[in-house]
Amino acid sequence: MALFRISPPFLAGTNRVTLQMLQVLLAMVPAVIAMVYFFGPAVLINIVLALVVALGAEALLLKIRHRPIKPFLSDGSAAVTAVLLAVAIPPLSPWWLTVTGVLFAIVFAKHLYGGLGYNPFNPAMVGYVLLLLSFPLEMTTWLPVLSLADNPLGFVDAFHLIFYGETAAGLTPDAVSGATPLDAMKTQIGQQIQPALITNQNLFGFVGGLGWEWINIWFMLGGLYLLYKRVISWQVPVAMIGTLFVLSLVTQWFAPDITGSPLFHLFSGGTMIGAFFIATDPVSGSTTPNGRLVFGAGVGALTFIIRVWGGYPDGVAFGVLLMNMLVPLIDYYTQPKVYGTGKQ
Amino acid sequence: MNQPLGDFPGGLKLRGHKKRSTQTPIRKTPLARQLILPLQQHIGAAAMPVVEVGDKVLKGQRIARADGHVSVCLHAPSSGTVVAIDEQPIPHPSGLSAPCITIETDGEDQWIERHPVENYRDISPHEIRQIIRDAGIVGLGGAGFPSFIKLNPGVHHTVETLLLNGAECEPYISCDDMLMRERADGILDGVEIMQHALRAREVILAIEDNKPLAISSMKLALAARPHLSETRIVVIPTRYPTGGEKQIIQVVTGKEVPSNGLPIDIGIVSHNMGTAYAVGRAINHGEPLISRIVTVTGTDVTHAGNFETLFGTPISELLAFAETRREPDEPFILGGPMMGFNLSGDNLPVTKTANCILVGVDDAAEKTEALPCIRCGDCASVCPASLLPQQLYWHSRAKDFDQTRDYNLFDCIECGCCDYVCPSKIPLVSYFRFAKTEIMNQERERKKSDLARERFETRQARMEREQREKEERQRQRKAALAASKAKKEKEAAADTTAADDKEN
Repeated sequence: MALFRISPPFLAGTNRVTLQMLQVLLAMVPAVIAMVYFFGPAVLINIVLALVVALGAEALLLKIRHRPIKPFLSDGSAAVTAVLLAVAIPPLSPWWLTVTGVLFAIVFAKHLYGGLGYNPFNPAMVGYVLLLLSFPLEMTTWLPVLSLADNPLGFVDAFHLIFYGETAAGLTPDAVSGATPLDAMKTQIGQQIQPALITNQNLFGFVGGLGWEWINIWFMLGGLYLLYKRVISWQVPVAMIGTLFVLSLVTQWFAPDITGSPLFHLFSGGTMIGAFFIATDPVSGSTTPNGRLVFGAGVGALTFIIRVWGGYPDGVAFGVLLMNMLVPLIDYYTQPKVYGTGKQ
Repeated sequence: MNQPLGDFPGGLKLRGHKKRSTQTPIRKTPLARQLILPLQQHIGAAAMPVVEVGDKVLKGQRIARADGHVSVCLHAPSSGTVVAIDEQPIPHPSGLSAPCITIETDGEDQWIERHPVENYRDISPHEIRQIIRDAGIVGLGGAGFPSFIKLNPGVHHTVETLLLNGAECEPYISCDDMLMRERADGILDGVEIMQHALRAREVILAIEDNKPLAISSMKLALAARPHLSETRIVVIPTRYPTGGEKQIIQVVTGKEVPSNGLPIDIGIVSHNMGTAYAVGRAINHGEPLISRIVTVTGTDVTHAGNFETLFGTPISELLAFAETRREPDEPFILGGPMMGFNLSGDNLPVTKTANCILVGVDDAAEKTEALPCIRCGDCASVCPASLLPQQLYWHSRAKDFDQTRDYNLFDCIECGCCDYVCPSKIPLVSYFRFAKTEIMNQERERKKSDLARERFETRQARMEREQREKEERQRQRKAALAASKAKKEKEAAADTTAADDKEN
């Protein structure tokens, strides 16, 4: 056993970036299965497409930048970005939408800033927001859950819709799409309808959107697994979910007509994937324990503000990107008290 | 009387691997033919040789004297002849050579006349410190700071607690464990003397709970000394790096040593168990420090154990005695696997600070390319000083040393916990050492240039002053000259007028 490091410590810990990223991917599997269950095989097609494009772009960029390809490609970070983006965009998005988002995330948001570890913004969210701003129509064309769909789509139909724009029978996305629960909530509140009445519609389930609440629950359970495995720390999810909960609770007390219940907020849209998988991105997020509380609370508050008063049905992506900007400031002012520097 | 224990943040639970070296009692390493004794085995100034090549020396005879305040003496570990005083390779990570005295042993192992102190209470703390200094005793935990200095609280401090550090938190090392098991009484001899020298109110012997035999042995020895009413044993949880001075103080007393300060600032002095034993030998037996217990262990050692070894014994002979499957010149670790360093040369001697020689570790870190930092913060969560290694790394790498100081770089104790958990395998401690060295170099350069500038400015000011004085003197002289000239002219004029008057 002569292969020593030159400098101490000579003991090897078992922590690896690749292992962390694989854990993240693993933790998303149940929620992805739930998405496939509720929205059909289109979700899987998107994920595979995004993975292929992301890994290809990563390899190409590493080659152009004269970086070693194997260690960086196998670190798993590009795969995580791809999956996060793929599950965030509508299942029936045309193929070029996914490709554009993933390419922008990997090339611009990640590698032009220096690659793994150097990107100030969450790459998946940069890709997502680019698509949301550039292609608002495609990005809001969601599928209804399969049980509500007039024409449940099989794998072949989904494939045709994604790659050719219509099914073999000539159905276009418009014909099969429907509003998301968050969409419906926003639009109908705009029409002065009581939130309590809105949530009585069949689009809604026990606490959140039909189907969406289960997807959120599975993302939450996956996130708890990551917490248990210490891949993520508790501060960001707790602060984000807590802030969202408290703000919606207070709003429900004082202005019950302007938004849904706290539980609706927690189990709709991107709340749980945001709290456990997106806002917890270590590279673009805050790195101090207290900073992570501030960061998470900021994301939660912005998500709520955008959902209630903003122009978009959900606000997780904007919340994360806006808080990314504040990270250097947050980190500087939330340094822990160092041994021996406090008062005795 | 069970005061609740404090805690320190972070740290690691590491596998101890200590059983391998605690199965047999302490053995004596055979006398080597040659003993190589570096003149500097302690922090401070190197000792000055007081023998010459060809001199016969006896075991325990002083061969080098302390040079300056922060320095200690050095003694012949066995009788023989001084054969060389020159540069020899020393066990240092740099691989450099340094001045050493080499003694060829005669096999007689004949002691010089020893002068034990009958009763340490009869002599003053000052005399105790003098004997300890003359006996060449340094901290045997690894750092090697002259012990007599740490036994001198000074006039401005009173010592509340003398803390004996028996944590031995690094994996593999077991020399203090075995010493406590086998020589508890000898340790307490030294502890009493240390308490007397410091006039410490209480003594705490802190031992990690993974050493039950050492704890029971110490308890037994302590029970036999009812007069030590203010001495107690505190069992502390096993966690790396509890044995760090600052950490053990935090665990045992709940207090923090101020940044840039010393434990004495909060009324605490800490010493290693082995050091206490050496103090006892020096005072009660008149024996200087000439040997220590060295743990020899690791996956490639056949008869791992602890060895009472004379200083200067070549490590290769110690390894041969313990039998290893080591290839010649295969690197080994001096110290523990977390904070020790890598050595290769075969002829390196055992020194005062050599607590452990490790040949082969079980979960050896391989040399891997580091990935970029992903700011996961795992390093910060294990840092016992509550630093942010990820930020320190960022600024060290950018050579932004002002920022590293803002982030309290100098409070890093280099325990290596951050390296151990880093998922990107970044050698963080190496970066921090680099940054510390650079800052200290810059500081030295700055001081040097400040001094040069000051000297230049003083000289400039002096020359200007001299110039001014010279001009002043010239001016005065000119003025005086002019005045006297004017006076003369006036007189001359007056004379002329007088003459004219006369003429008229």
